[in-house]
Amino acid sequence: MEREGSAERLIPMLHVNNLRKAFGSLVAVDDVTFSVEPGQLVGLLGPNGAGKTTTVSMIAGLITADRGDVLIGGQRLDGDTDPSKRRIGLVPQDLALYEELTARANLRFFGALYNLTGARLDRAIAAALDLVGLADRAGDRVKTFSGGMKRRLNLAAGLLHDPDILLLDEPTVGVDPQSRNAIFDNLEVLKGRGKALLYTTHYMEEAERLADRIVVIDHGKVVANDTLAGLRSQVAVSGGALPNLETAFLTLTGRSLRD
Amino acid sequence: MAMIPLLAMVRKDLQLFFSDTRAVIVTFAVPIAIASFFGSIFSGPRSGAPARISVAVVDKDASAISKAIVSGAQGDKNLRVGTPAEDEARAAVRAGRTSIAVVIPKGFGDAAGKAFFGNGEKPALDLLYDPSRTVEVAMVRGILTEHVMQAVSKEMFGGEQGRAVVAQTLPQIEASKMPEDQKRALVDMLKSVQGFYGQATRDGQATGPRGITMPYAVNERAMTSGSNVAYNGYAHSFAGMGIQFLLFAAANLGIEILLERQRGLWKRLRSAPVSRFTLLAGKAASMTIVGLMTLAVSFGFAMAVFGVRIQGSLIGFISVSFACALMAATFGLLIAALGKTPAATRGVTTLAVLMMVMLGGAWVPTFIFPAWLQQATVIVPARWAVDGLDAMTWRGLGLRGALMPTVVLLGFAVAFGALAAARFRWEEA
Repeated sequence: MEREGSAERLIPMLHVNNLRKAFGSLVAVDDVTFSVEPGQLVGLLGPNGAGKTTTVSMIAGLITADRGDVLIGGQRLDGDTDPSKRRIGLVPQDLALYEELTARANLRFFGALYNLTGARLDRAIAAALDLVGLADRAGDRVKTFSGGMKRRLNLAAGLLHDPDILLLDEPTVGVDPQSRNAIFDNLEVLKGRGKALLYTTHYMEEAERLADRIVVIDHGKVVANDTLAGLRSQVAVSGGALPNLETAFLTLTGRSLRD
Repeated sequence: MAMIPLLAMVRKDLQLFFSDTRAVIVTFAVPIAIASFFGSIFSGPRSGAPARISVAVVDKDASAISKAIVSGAQGDKNLRVGTPAEDEARAAVRAGRTSIAVVIPKGFGDAAGKAFFGNGEKPALDLLYDPSRTVEVAMVRGILTEHVMQAVSKEMFGGEQGRAVVAQTLPQIEASKMPEDQKRALVDMLKSVQGFYGQATRDGQATGPRGITMPYAVNERAMTSGSNVAYNGYAHSFAGMGIQFLLFAAANLGIEILLERQRGLWKRLRSAPVSRFTLLAGKAASMTIVGLMTLAVSFGFAMAVFGVRIQGSLIGFISVSFACALMAATFGLLIAALGKTPAATRGVTTLAVLMMVMLGGAWVPTFIFPAWLQQATVIVPARWAVDGLDAMTWRGLGLRGALMPTVVLLGFAVAFGALAAARFRWEEA
């Protein structure tokens, strides 16, 4: 992780160090280590039950790690009210929205959880809605939204407090190609603003399009951590053509079902 | 504690509450409707006259005594007496139109007169009753005893039948083998009784023989907050129903938390830099506000429409109401902490709330419970809530009367809150 150049690049925005979590006898996450730099999108890939969501939950402070650290800009994340949590934005896999409230009321509430009030909150809401293309639906109840609009609002809710790190847990599940494309555009914008993005997905083409680095996790362990090109090279047969990401993924994690 | 997130949680919960029309109706309108119904039952008619028991009397005897019994019953303020034919009376009881039918058999008066002096077989009155109204049977039996005794004694000591019986009895006594002194005493007594009632009639000091009457009168005074303040049954029913729906609303809050967890919303809350205490306090605060509004709307309606008044301490009433609402709110948190899924929790919670309010006297006053149950229900928070609100409304007790219910309810709130915090699932995998 150490690089030549300015001193600030020595410290990644998010560094996950030897994280471990067991549920009874099941070890869900085992010594997982990786980093995300500012302006970088890291794809966290893995089969069902590999430990992706548990890893994201530990980074977001939703569950306590048995061992290991989560470092935010070099600071160890510690406890529910750690100010470093303000630097993290979570976009959960579920549509974590209040359907009976308007889009604005939802964002007003989620913003207040980060102590945003008044004009500052209004500006943050306007910016987030503008980014995801929902400014004209701000006053409508969420229950009237399409699946894609809800997904975009779900993303906006994670951006309100202008976090440095965005944790995106399968943010495009169940949306149409148009909404998915719009979300991708949003993420490109965020990368351009220097945000560090950790993106979990099952869709290989999403990772191929978006990810600067890819961390493959299986049975709770990191089995690969490289760029797309690096991953493809790792699994390429000598003298043969470079495989695509899906082939590389299946080579790394095997073809057995994980239901 | 971070006030901005706390206030945001309260505001959001209130927005959600008021956006759900069904929840608002269930919380505000339904308790008013049910409390009005129960209040109308337990308050009796608003004129102040007691509700009369419907009784059919079939007089197959048509003697002076039986007619006097019918007349006495018809004049009784507790009875509404009809005199249908026997078949009609039976049909009315069977159909539930009349609680009780009293059949006075032929020869009742004659036999009762003879039995009065102990030398005849006692005749029987037939009491046909609706088995669903056994409480009224006991009341009618007592009332009839008074009227039968009065009618029989009146006739025996002063009426034609009585004179005939005495005239018939005196020779029998003279001819009996009774010891002479006893025989003399009995004959003298019968003659003096006849003489007394004959004297009273001749002197015009009385309209006739009075018969045996109750040897005492009863002054009934309802012990309410003041001598000019009537008991208002609506006060109790609104307290009971207010508490019941307060607990239902709190249970819904608990289930809402489970739903929030199911929808992933709790992940978003937990990912924010907000303490666990703030999260629980925010929920408890919003529920306490909803609870206070429930009680305020219920009692506001009861005051405006049914004349319920806070005859005790206003501060005491507010204290008890606040303690009730806080207890209910923490009860909701406990449900969220112990519940697994919303669907499974809903069924168990409904049962728990119904048991709590039933044992707490929210439906019917606890004094009708068996003694052991009255003692046992002090562990039910709803009991303290209802007793506390009763104390501040129709009982008219002062601030001291609110102290114990308030302290106990706050104690329950602390216990529920602590248990909820200890058992809450904070890990969001």
